[in-house]
Amino acid sequence: MKEALRKLLLPAVAAAVLTAGAFTAQAETVLHRGNGAEPETLDPQKSTGVPEANIQYELFEGLTTYTPDGKIVPGMAEKWEVSDDGLTYTFHLRDSKWSNGDPVTAGDFVFAFRRLVDPATASDYAYIISDVVANASEISAGTEKDITKLGIQAVDDHTLKITLAHATPYFLGLLRHSSLLPVNENSVKAHPDDWTKPGNLVSNGAYQLTEWTPQASLTMVKNPNYYGADKVKIDKLVYYPTEDLGEEFKRFRAGELDVTYDTPSDQIKYVMANMKDQFQNSPYLGTYYYVINLTKEPLGKQPALREALALAVDRDKLVEKITQSGELPAYSWVCPGIHGWDQQFTDFKDMTQADREAKAKKLLADNGYGPNNPLSVEILYNTNENHKKIAVAIQSMWKAIGVQATITNQEWKVYLGSRHDKQFQVARAGWIGDYEDPTTFLTLFLSDAGPQNDAGYNNPDYDKLVKGSAMETDPDKRMKMLEQAEAIFLKDLPIIPIYHYTTKHMVSPKLVGWEPNVLDYHLARDLSFKD
Amino acid sequence: MFHYFLKRLGGAVPTLFIIITGSFFMIRLAPGGPFDRERVVPPDIMANLLKAYHLDEDLWHQYLRYLIGLSHFDFGPSFKYKDFSVAQLIAQGFPTSLTLGTVAMIAALTVGLTLGVWAALRQNSMIDYSAMGISMLGIAVPNFVIAPMLTLVFGLMLGWLPVGGWGQPANYVLPVIALCLPQIAAIARLTRASMIEVLGSNFVRTARAKGMPERITITRHALRAALLPVVSYLGPAIAQIITGSVVVEQIFSIPGIGRYFVQSSLNRDYTMVMGVTVFYGALVILCNLAADLLYGVLDPKVRYD
Amino acid sequence: MAEITLQPPSGAIEVKGRSLWADARHRFLQNKAAVVGLAVLVLIAIACFGAPYFGLRAQDDINWDMIQAAPDWSQGYFFGTDSNGRDVFVRTLYGGQVSLTVGIVSTLVSLVIGTLYGATAGFLGGRIDGAMMRFVDMLYSIPFIFFVILLTVYFGREIVYMYIAIGAVNWLDMARIVRGQTLSIKRKEYIEAAHASGVSTWRIITRHIIPNCLGPVVVYMTLTVPVVILTESFISFLGMGVQEPQSSWGTLVAEGADNLENAPWRVLGPGAVLAVTLLALNFVGDGLRDALDPKDR
Repeated sequence: MKEALRKLLLPAVAAAVLTAGAFTAQAETVLHRGNGAEPETLDPQKSTGVPEANIQYELFEGLTTYTPDGKIVPGMAEKWEVSDDGLTYTFHLRDSKWSNGDPVTAGDFVFAFRRLVDPATASDYAYIISDVVANASEISAGTEKDITKLGIQAVDDHTLKITLAHATPYFLGLLRHSSLLPVNENSVKAHPDDWTKPGNLVSNGAYQLTEWTPQASLTMVKNPNYYGADKVKIDKLVYYPTEDLGEEFKRFRAGELDVTYDTPSDQIKYVMANMKDQFQNSPYLGTYYYVINLTKEPLGKQPALREALALAVDRDKLVEKITQSGELPAYSWVCPGIHGWDQQFTDFKDMTQADREAKAKKLLADNGYGPNNPLSVEILYNTNENHKKIAVAIQSMWKAIGVQATITNQEWKVYLGSRHDKQFQVARAGWIGDYEDPTTFLTLFLSDAGPQNDAGYNNPDYDKLVKGSAMETDPDKRMKMLEQAEAIFLKDLPIIPIYHYTTKHMVSPKLVGWEPNVLDYHLARDLSFKD
Repeated sequence: MFHYFLKRLGGAVPTLFIIITGSFFMIRLAPGGPFDRERVVPPDIMANLLKAYHLDEDLWHQYLRYLIGLSHFDFGPSFKYKDFSVAQLIAQGFPTSLTLGTVAMIAALTVGLTLGVWAALRQNSMIDYSAMGISMLGIAVPNFVIAPMLTLVFGLMLGWLPVGGWGQPANYVLPVIALCLPQIAAIARLTRASMIEVLGSNFVRTARAKGMPERITITRHALRAALLPVVSYLGPAIAQIITGSVVVEQIFSIPGIGRYFVQSSLNRDYTMVMGVTVFYGALVILCNLAADLLYGVLDPKVRYD
Repeated sequence: MAEITLQPPSGAIEVKGRSLWADARHRFLQNKAAVVGLAVLVLIAIACFGAPYFGLRAQDDINWDMIQAAPDWSQGYFFGTDSNGRDVFVRTLYGGQVSLTVGIVSTLVSLVIGTLYGATAGFLGGRIDGAMMRFVDMLYSIPFIFFVILLTVYFGREIVYMYIAIGAVNWLDMARIVRGQTLSIKRKEYIEAAHASGVSTWRIITRHIIPNCLGPVVVYMTLTVPVVILTESFISFLGMGVQEPQSSWGTLVAEGADNLENAPWRVLGPGAVLAVTLLALNFVGDGLRDALDPKDR
């Protein structure tokens, strides 16, 4: 009897539990997002990567922020004035509160900026404002001990004055960089080692942190104190570290994720055929290239050989057949899509591939290389399926013009060491810009850029133009100088540009408000679910 | 036996000490450091980073600093996951790996021993061949193939189980299968081999001749003696399975500690490498000690003197 | 591997001389599964090492019109192509050269070291056993990745070091198993008798102890081969061992696993060859074990 009763009751109870669950699920909208990797830290001044920044932008808001399509708009600063010499920015902060109810003050920004350059913080990204904000590089280097000398002052709680070392036209864009997000001084000082943990973390953005299980998930809920809280539609965000792209894609298809971090290139064909409407594929601020070590012969002293190698790479074929993700074949170093930038190209951009190959063979022959004396080249890459596919393809393209290429893979850190110590001939490389300005690319190859200039490129004309542009206050003239520098660079060819990156997200069709932008910046506060 | 146990525990300290010392200097010889990235950090800022983590001191100072920390169970901060200490990360991930590994090992022992004994009793029959063939597949098809196959079939096509994630009982099923298949292969094959040997030995023949029931002969006498090589294998195997698997964790998104064994090395997260090395070393020593003690239980002839 | 394991299994029976050898061979040949397994292994080895002479495509031939294409028998793409348009069948055969060599060489390295080490520790016992087995515990714990990276950095990319690296980590289990068996065997009457009659320690270990451990050893050896073959692909990942265009079964299967759904042939072809090889090896191993079992006749 009892048993029978239980059997009768059980489904009823289960149904009640289920409907209760369904009810809360309906009341609360949750976004499940694949975020690539476990964040290294949530501390804006200590982090370096994209997965970290994705979370930090949900939690914190800087002086400026971006619209969904990537335009700079006021963030914590309501408005600002720039002095005529472009050296002083005065920001007027809006009335807004931290998630714990404290007002957001100019002092919070002063604290965050000082924290970034303070040698004791040991921030990787301290250099982002070196040479930009007055005295930043001196403080980072330890030659200026007085941290209050940094060019940032709170005039009052609502007024912030930033003094620059020299005019920086992209400064407003730079301000949205994750390392310049504000942090709450009291909470950082109260829990110096644990302030980023749930319960301690105080945020001023659209969301606040509630749970964090490393390697499993990170949960944020709407911050009621955010100034735009009434416009925020999604109640809860769950970010997952998704290291295995193939599995992330499966989870998306099984409905476990609404947005993916990336899409495996092997699956693009399937996606285009079956779920094209859910695929967000757009240009990204980055270039994939092969860097040539100019300190090694024969490639170092013979630009013709470098040109031959660059000519032989069939970028269209590579992008279409190998990477398959809508990447843009690259004939430039600076990637397209930067406001005000007139794209420069290598000379051979408009030649057909057959002509390029013919020219490449001729260049080789002119320099004494041929079937009896083939040029041999070693390609270095870090172990990774995509890099391997590209290296194998390029090896065969070079073979077609009679170049004998061998391929070597190294483990990531060993590879980095080889590149920075110039222990390579040709190496695979990639660069994603920090901010929307050509200098984020061009400064890499200044002759005094140290190990970052792994090509060992040294052209005084190039240096003069890039460095000179920093002193130029007229934005148009400045851009012209940088364009000239790029043109020189593409003549010298210390690198072989291959393609410009694209971002490849799977986005649920239920999600509204997703717009492509070169910075790949998609905040949950701008998204909502269809009813 | 108890005396032996104490002696071995005492011996663990110098063993661990050598592991720590050897690993500490070995990992520093490898090229690359924790803060090397594609984007080179300017020298001034690199100096600040090294200073903050005491990496600017000479190696002996760092070594002493590490030993002093260890003496009060301070494994140091993780260079990669800057919001956590190594001890916090291990403490957070180990329960997951331990639970998953234990369930997988129990499943593997149950299936493996059954298959092994069964195959031994029917030596060279079709049953033997199929039992061994099937169990061998578990090791012949690597887990980086099995795991995505499981998520594809059961997660995506049939929709019976979640593809990834952690927290619900359903999340255990596929990872446990992926983890236990290779163990089943090893256990079944070792059991079969030594079982056949034991079944042919004099004492089993005597027991059978005396008319002892077959079931008792097999379970109480034969299997017990036959477990010896399985126990030898299980010592390190258990230490390994309860510390997780990087492949299984990445594919099923499981927050265990298996990934730290591989990733911390690739990241040159020195303190994390040391943390998992010391932790694993202690577990190996314990598991092998347990295995050695079990020898004495399984075979009274085994004595330690 | 047949040469190594087909030793007289036990000194106690040595008086019987050659008959035992013949006996074992006879019993092995009686075991159909083992004979079939051996035949399959030989065929696969011939196919892999003979690949350059069969008039197949080169392993780095790229067909730009067949990028990741399904098997097409009319064009001779039996296993389809990979994402660079290369023939997976040909790459599997060439890859087999690496995997079979690694499987045999590294397993033998671990077999020889592990068996001798384990038997010595177990037989000598006491402090020596303690010290020797603590050394094994230490090696279990050493961060393997750094070991491989250091070998690569300081000795270069020689394939010989890969065998050493793989053999050096895989003998540990073998040593523990042999030692466990030895602890039990050394109390047997015939060993104690041999000891009492002044037979040298080395001779007891090699002639009496090891032959009596061969059952589990042969079986564990068959379990080591797949581990070794897969370890190779991880070592290549770390930048040691083989590099493009040369491949190996482990690498091919790993690449294929990423394309399980959209290009199943990439894992099915090499995976099936690997599985068949290991299954055949399994039956050969069991056959050897049965043939060598001193009590089993």
